[in-house]
Amino acid sequence: MAETTTAIAEPTRRDFLFIATGAAAAVGGASLVWPFIQSMTPDAATVAAGAPVEVDLTPIAEGQIVKVFWRGKLIFVRHRTPAEIKAAEDVNVATLRDPQPDSARVKPGHAPWLIVYGNCTHLGCVPLGQQGEYKGWFCPCHGSVFDTSGRVRGGPAPINLPIPPYNFVSDTKIVIGQGATA
Amino acid sequence: MMKRTLLIAAAVLGLSAPAIASEGANPPQLKWSFAGPFGKFDEAQLQRGFKVYREVCSSCHSLNYVNFRNLSQPGGPGFSEAQVRALAAEYKVQDGPNDAGDMFERAGRPADHFPAPFPNENAAAAANGGKAPPDLSLMPKARTYERGFPWFIFDAFTQFAENGSDYLVAVLTGYHEAPKGFSVPEGGHYNSYFPGNVIAMPKPLSDGQVEYPKGADGKSPVPETVDQYARDVTAFLMWTAEPHLDARKRIGFQVILFLLVLSGLLYFTKKKIWSRIEH
Amino acid sequence: MSQHSSTYVPKSAFGKWFESRLPIAGLIHSSFIVYPVPRNINYFWTFGAILSFMLASQILTGVFLAMYYTPHASLAFQSVEHIMRDVNFGWLIRYMHANGASMFFVAVYVHIFRGLYYGSYKAPREILWILGVIIYGLMMATAFMGYVLPWGQMSFWGATVITNILAAIPVVGDTIQSLLWGGYSVGNPTLNRFFSIHYLLPFMIAGVVILHIWALHVPGQNNPTGVPIKSDKDTVPFTPFATIKDLFATAVFMILFAWFVFYIPNYLGHADNYVPANPSVTPAHIVPEWYFLPFYAILRAIPDKLGGVIAMFASIAVLAFLPWLDTSKVRSTSYRPLYKQFFWILVADTLLLGWLGAKPPEGWYVIVSQIATAYYFIHFLVILPLLGFIERPLPLPNSILESVLGQKGGAGLPAGANAEPQSKG
Repeated sequence: MAETTTAIAEPTRRDFLFIATGAAAAVGGASLVWPFIQSMTPDAATVAAGAPVEVDLTPIAEGQIVKVFWRGKLIFVRHRTPAEIKAAEDVNVATLRDPQPDSARVKPGHAPWLIVYGNCTHLGCVPLGQQGEYKGWFCPCHGSVFDTSGRVRGGPAPINLPIPPYNFVSDTKIVIGQGATA
Repeated sequence: MMKRTLLIAAAVLGLSAPAIASEGANPPQLKWSFAGPFGKFDEAQLQRGFKVYREVCSSCHSLNYVNFRNLSQPGGPGFSEAQVRALAAEYKVQDGPNDAGDMFERAGRPADHFPAPFPNENAAAAANGGKAPPDLSLMPKARTYERGFPWFIFDAFTQFAENGSDYLVAVLTGYHEAPKGFSVPEGGHYNSYFPGNVIAMPKPLSDGQVEYPKGADGKSPVPETVDQYARDVTAFLMWTAEPHLDARKRIGFQVILFLLVLSGLLYFTKKKIWSRIEH
Repeated sequence: MSQHSSTYVPKSAFGKWFESRLPIAGLIHSSFIVYPVPRNINYFWTFGAILSFMLASQILTGVFLAMYYTPHASLAFQSVEHIMRDVNFGWLIRYMHANGASMFFVAVYVHIFRGLYYGSYKAPREILWILGVIIYGLMMATAFMGYVLPWGQMSFWGATVITNILAAIPVVGDTIQSLLWGGYSVGNPTLNRFFSIHYLLPFMIAGVVILHIWALHVPGQNNPTGVPIKSDKDTVPFTPFATIKDLFATAVFMILFAWFVFYIPNYLGHADNYVPANPSVTPAHIVPEWYFLPFYAILRAIPDKLGGVIAMFASIAVLAFLPWLDTSKVRSTSYRPLYKQFFWILVADTLLLGWLGAKPPEGWYVIVSQIATAYYFIHFLVILPLLGFIERPLPLPNSILESVLGQKGGAGLPAGANAEPQSKG
């Protein structure tokens, strides 16, 4: 208590000193934490390995689903049949859990090609192609059902299979990951 | 690079083998020499099983975690070290680089792994219709079927742990004509016990395919049938999956016996000490 | 760790010299020798010692496994097989470690349900109980990361499923996920950091265990009557009474442990984990280890992803609030006829959830999971608070001693009539 009395005697300069010292120590401490947290984020080699990949579409037959990896993530490249495209387009979008028209899930003029992430949006299992009620995908882990546009139609998955960033560089070639943030 | 990825892919046939055979019949339970608290591998059976692996399975399936030297270790098929040396020398093993910087082939040595039939998984898949034949080193432990309630509770007491072995024999002997109305996709084969009933592997065994060593009467002491081959090769694979099973069960019996004695001693000591008071 | 001042008197001159500088012998003496334990505690009170044994066993076997294990995505599976095949007694150490985790959970579940039955969480043991919940959480994190290390199919997909759970957390979920992964998906950096943390956490558990024992030794042990210690006659010294009982119980527990290690070492595991991890193929059923199954069932019972995650974490967190949710003044369920029934319903409900957690999420399994999940929360959030007001407890004994003598020497024996502890010789 004796200190309080002295502190009152000379308040401003002393308070400032305490606050400045405390603040400097806090800034120092926080700065020290930063590199440790940063060290746990994806390292330079991983980031470099996450560069865009090219996929040649010519060998993929109609009705076939091909699995490719980009950044360690599975991606389905699906060459849809006209029937599958029609099934995907003839859906009342308003009835969907994650409403999205088929046209928003393919590139304009490239309706046969559906490119989606291959991990179920529920807990990341790999759904099985051409199975389930809508012949899109069926996830064997927890029973999520996806249609031929990769949209969730049943089961616990909250959203549609996401579309990775990709572009058509020609009619038969896509680049996955272009324009993605590192 | 891209092409390789595409090859892995060929997701046309869903022929990957999930470990749990939830659909299809439950495999029949067989008698195994290595079952139960005093279970032991049967040396003669392991030797026959090895012959089946070598002459039939090894053309497609690797045995990556097994070395030639393992064949002469205690609790195994009981080959002599000389036999193992001779056997290893029959294989060509890649080694190197030599002083010139080139890889070269040499005769196998007991310390070498069993050479795999394909250089890598993609090559194996490419040569087998898109689905690589799995490595067999751990098969009986890596496959099982759902025991279901209440059997799984009894199993903890009866020490039933041969579900994987039963399943493998069932699959190896489970090739039949597909029932009417069941369409088997191209490249698939009907199997009563494989999950989904369509397996990529063609029927691997047929009667009389592997010649077993003759007994004193000039005949093989066991029948040369698919059923016997399946049991023998499964026993052999159980050994490759769990090479220390004999020692594990033997030591286990000693440990439990010791613990029973120790618990008894501790119980009476405890009783003596607590008899000093009402409790 | 007892608040009682030490009665330890060093015998040698060196002992005196040492004790005046570091009074550790006195601490051990007062905590584990003269420390008074209720004379009526039953075998359910030996699980603390059994758990200490299991923690020591896990750390020891883990340290030896780490001498051979390689935490790398392309080598981990192989290094585990190397341990199983080539390392002398490697199979024994690895099976002890793998089954030891299960035995650890067997013991901790008995320990937790003992606490629930005898009201060991009630005042003045709230901090003791909460420390226990923290230990349980650390155990689950350690066990989960340990299961990832062999890098089999179930390791990989278990890690994927669980880390995807964290992504459901609003705002920070993605950041946490990427910090755990160290990449864009579960991969080699994930395996490396899981190994590092898996090695670290057991020592943190050991640290919290010390606090747990400290918090235990302040109010002293609860007992089957729930009646507090009133005099020295209610207690016996820890050594030799509790020590010998703990040793006996631990030896019996080791028989169970040995049964699994030597005879059915893979019974509690998954066949899929003997298949090396493959990111492009999911196992048919992704099932966690048995000790996570009730929580996994709760996760899947809720049709909404975030909701499921919240329910799962809440089902564990609710335990920490137990001291305040239970309004009954009576500790031991032996004197709570109504609660006794609800206790056993909770046990059955948890077992049911565990069974459902192993089942595919389809058909009526989902509906039963939802009912069982709802009941789990109703038990803690509705039944427990209300019961304290409704229930009419049975008459409590006046003291621990009275309950002991009443049981042995016939009813109606006046307390203290035959109370000389050494009388039976």
